Amino acid sequence: MNIIGLYNYWIVVVLMAIGFFIVIAHENLIKKLIGLSIFQTAVFFLYISMGKVVGGTAPILDDKWHLYSNPLPHVLILTAIVVGISTTAVGLALVVRIQEAYGSIEEHEIQTLNAQDQIECQLEAYGFMKNNAFSVKSLDE
Amino acid sequence: MTALAITRMNDLFAVVMLSGIYSLMSAGFFLDLDAVDVAFTEASVGAGISTLLMLASLKMVKRYEGKTKYKPMLALGVVGATALLLIYGTLDMPHFGSADAPIHQHVAPRYINDSMAEVGVPNIVTSILASYRGYDTLGETLVIFTAGIGVMSLLRVSRETKDQQQKRVPADMQQQIILRIVAKMMLPLILLFALYVQFHGDYGPGGGFQAGVIFAAGIILYTMLFGLSTARLVFKSSLLQKLTAVGVLLYAGVGVACMLLGGNFLDYNVLRHDPVHGQHLGILLVELGVGITVATVMITLFFKFTWRTVKHKYIEQ
Repeated sequence: MNIIGLYNYWIVVVLMAIGFFIVIAHENLIKKLIGLSIFQTAVFFLYISMGKVVGGTAPILDDKWHLYSNPLPHVLILTAIVVGISTTAVGLALVVRIQEAYGSIEEHEIQTLNAQDQIECQLEAYGFMKNNAFSVKSLDE
Repeated sequence: MTALAITRMNDLFAVVMLSGIYSLMSAGFFLDLDAVDVAFTEASVGAGISTLLMLASLKMVKRYEGKTKYKPMLALGVVGATALLLIYGTLDMPHFGSADAPIHQHVAPRYINDSMAEVGVPNIVTSILASYRGYDTLGETLVIFTAGIGVMSLLRVSRETKDQQQKRVPADMQQQIILRIVAKMMLPLILLFALYVQFHGDYGPGGGFQAGVIFAAGIILYTMLFGLSTARLVFKSSLLQKLTAVGVLLYAGVGVACMLLGGNFLDYNVLRHDPVHGQHLGILLVELGVGITVATVMITLFFKFTWRTVKHKYIEQ
């Protein structure tokens, strides 16, 4: 069996692996988003490369040509790219809000801050006022 | 290669730039694979707008990435195992470029052979996008619309106060005379090109998605050089919000009009007496709707992000 003809899938797999690695191994949220978009491009490549026909041309009808590449994946990916940028933009907006709320976009720092918050809330519930002056003042208001 | 460099870099600015280059290269790759429309979109979206948005949000966060706490070996193991499984899965896939692959057997021949008679538009991608798979495209336009609303509500900023209005923020590049003059000369051409791409999409590569993004890119160029406050005089946020909805409504409205005229939803054949003319009209309107929504959403995204950065500057002062 000739397996060299499958090289387009392997490029896709390698790109996908790189994107996946960035998403799970990096803690910076912007880096994660970029990893996600690399992953996304890998899927785009998969679709487009499947639609290619050797000797074919771009799917715009013309009398001189008879063999065209498959236009269906092009349509799917064309819209997917624009949808991808909109979802990335929502992700970036969330990152900006996280930065404003926590002062950081590193995952472990955010988790530490969250854990601290939780402990403080529990202590307060049990009647330990960590910062008495502050809590009295907030009650007055 | 570029993708590998992205994983290793700590400097997020360099990473964003590299991802722009990566997008441009993938656009070339798409072109090589005959997907001209896709290459067009990727070049304008991936290399243009997405890099800009990343840079704008980078301005609000730290530039350098912190040290990773986890052991990367575990992640590498998981990724490697997944990749090996995927490669094993590809072993019985059809070869690259073979014309008898299953993907070319199902609906594609009908699109290629009959679309000229049924829709009458030379660019098959456009006829599938707007006519055969019109429902899909309507859904995707709605997704873009929703994403626009999402960013609007996430990055909402209070209305400009009198105090802020008086000290309008000058653009950082106000002093760059050459850039300003060149941009002024190029702006009409960019906008004209966007309109050409919009209305010539039936015959060549192009259409609503690409045109919208190019139009937005022109406006963004103007905004970068002449300041957000100036650009917002032309594109008021209330106008942008309305136009975003108008695009989607135009698309859905064409569908409803088809229903009222006795056809199915988005069945353009009934719009005119001659089905092919009806298809032409339907595709034109639908692409226009897509173009309006995409352009306004992209402009809104950029405005929201930059306005946020400007606000950060105020807080620092």
